[in-house]
Amino acid sequence: MKQMKSSRLGGLIKKTSLAMIAGAFVLSASIAQADIRPAVVYDAAGKNDKSFNEAVFNGITRFMNDTGIAVTELEPTNEAQMEQSLMKLAQRGYSPIVAVGFTFAGPLTVAAEAYPDTSFTLIDMVVGLDNVQNVIYKEHEGSFLVGVLAAMNSKTGTVGFVGGMGIPLISRFECGYKQGVKWQDSSMNILAQMTGSTYLAWNNPSKGGEITRSQVEAGADVVYAAAGGTGIGVYQTAADLGVLAIGVDSNQNYMQPGTMLTSMYKKVGQAAYDSYEAAMNGTWEGGFRVLGLAEDGVGWALDEYNRDLVSAEMEARVNEARNAIIAGDIVVHDYMADNTCPI
Amino acid sequence: MSDLFLTTVLTFDASVRVCIPLIFASMAGLFAERSGVVDIGLEGKLLMSAFIAASAASVFGSPWLGLIAGMFASSVLAMIHGFASITYKGNQIVSGVAINILASGLTMILTLAWFKSGGITPTLQGNERFLSITLPGVDIIDHIPILGVIYRELISGHNILVYLAFAIVPLVWWVVYRTRFGLRLRAVGENPKAVDTAGLSVEGLRYKALLIGGILCGIGGVYIATAYNAQFTKEMTAGQGFIALAALIFGKWHPYKVLAACFLFAFLQALAIRLQGVVIPGIGEIPVQLIEATPYILTVILLAGFIGKAIPPKASAQPYIKEL
Repeated sequence: MKQMKSSRLGGLIKKTSLAMIAGAFVLSASIAQADIRPAVVYDAAGKNDKSFNEAVFNGITRFMNDTGIAVTELEPTNEAQMEQSLMKLAQRGYSPIVAVGFTFAGPLTVAAEAYPDTSFTLIDMVVGLDNVQNVIYKEHEGSFLVGVLAAMNSKTGTVGFVGGMGIPLISRFECGYKQGVKWQDSSMNILAQMTGSTYLAWNNPSKGGEITRSQVEAGADVVYAAAGGTGIGVYQTAADLGVLAIGVDSNQNYMQPGTMLTSMYKKVGQAAYDSYEAAMNGTWEGGFRVLGLAEDGVGWALDEYNRDLVSAEMEARVNEARNAIIAGDIVVHDYMADNTCPI
Repeated sequence: MSDLFLTTVLTFDASVRVCIPLIFASMAGLFAERSGVVDIGLEGKLLMSAFIAASAASVFGSPWLGLIAGMFASSVLAMIHGFASITYKGNQIVSGVAINILASGLTMILTLAWFKSGGITPTLQGNERFLSITLPGVDIIDHIPILGVIYRELISGHNILVYLAFAIVPLVWWVVYRTRFGLRLRAVGENPKAVDTAGLSVEGLRYKALLIGGILCGIGGVYIATAYNAQFTKEMTAGQGFIALAALIFGKWHPYKVLAACFLFAFLQALAIRLQGVVIPGIGEIPVQLIEATPYILTVILLAGFIGKAIPPKASAQPYIKEL
């Protein structure tokens, strides 16, 4: 399977480089719509992490189905390979190249400086170069909403949070969640822990499960995970112990129906889709895209898997908070603005 | 006070869950290293058996078939390690590292081929995995203070593989120290030439040791994927094989001491989870990273000779070459 894929990739590269040579002789300026060669590079959690990377993958699959254009995918397994992957793709003429995740900030700076004519789209982090489009999300706003829902569902007065790697981005989820919980009920107790301090923390379901268990033993009955693949262990343990869990990035409600309260979705797939589409239409540009509740870049998932868990009263209350945030009546503090959380 | 007691019991309970793969993997390593073969491939074998077990349990709907498949997969890797380092007298460290890389790559490719998703297998439902067992008499003993809590939380409520792990340690001790095979095993790790002179096959003994190791390590992987968790995910062993190796050295290649080391390292992990973010007055926040790194630090200190001495089997890491 993998071999097949790589030989197909090899063929594609050969074809595209031939096309490039031919193009240099024949065409000079007329670039048709279908001429983009989009690519994507996933982060260490891998494209099937059921969460962040998979959300991008789903968006890309949708793009491929809609347009028939193939998107080349790479999945580096460590940080050293990230720069190589970006350089290789840029060198081979792929553009735009979507880099998934904050770990790409360093490697992408190098690649974008080396290939100023290539368009790069970076999700979750900021690189201040003209050929880089930075897509960042107001995770604190979405996390605020699931915090409200968590507080309404807790019977013990204690809720939990399990983060992946201890970085400011994850603290942003945590801080937004805490604010939501406290907004709903200021007497609530919140337990918050990170899985680890290296990239292994994104793929450690055993430890995620163990942290969840320790939080449940300390009284928590709703646990929100923002931990990539580690979250799988959190949701499993929550189901085993009969408490509620909240998913992240993708809509993960289907993973443990009955104990998944909701998911804080982040439309990263849409960002990749938009980036490719803009390049097709010739409207791609560098700079910032900041997506929050108002742009529906983040939000809370309600579908057939968690419909029974969310009462009409809860739904109304969460939507009330949502509207207040969009209207500016509630200002959710962004942890990354000053690296502090006022709660 | 009773709160603190309950927390302590629960922390020990967590240590029990965490130390199971360490016990199986380090006992596997004990057999290999006692026979003179360094086994750095424990991590890869855990990963491979976790993956095969989760796949088999999902496809056939039985954790027992998963157990058999996992033990088999791990044994195959152990035999590859043996083939390279015993029959062909290759470098045992290099061969072990190759096993780790092989497992890491194969699990990704095979999940892609079998389940169309790189690095993840379907979730095991209900009795497709090993579920926890409530031991008889919990209701009766529960009324006794202290003992009731310990019995309910710490001793009861684990899955069958947990009890198996604790049963296997005395068995390993008995095999290594009280049987003819154990005597030969220890001899072949200390002085293979003497064993050879006595007319026994050095290679045969080392293959047997690796096979036993493969089976034991396999159970550890099965536990991770089908008991502790309910599916295989990419790189889910997260370095447990290496911690088991550290425990093996820290326990000086002796079954009971290794068990104690496994439990200590697991306890440190469980403690790190509970101490995260806790502020101690006067000292400040406890650095969790330090607690997490303690197993490695302790092992290094031991190897440097500060607390006792770790003397590996004499013929460890040396392929045996018969004089012609």
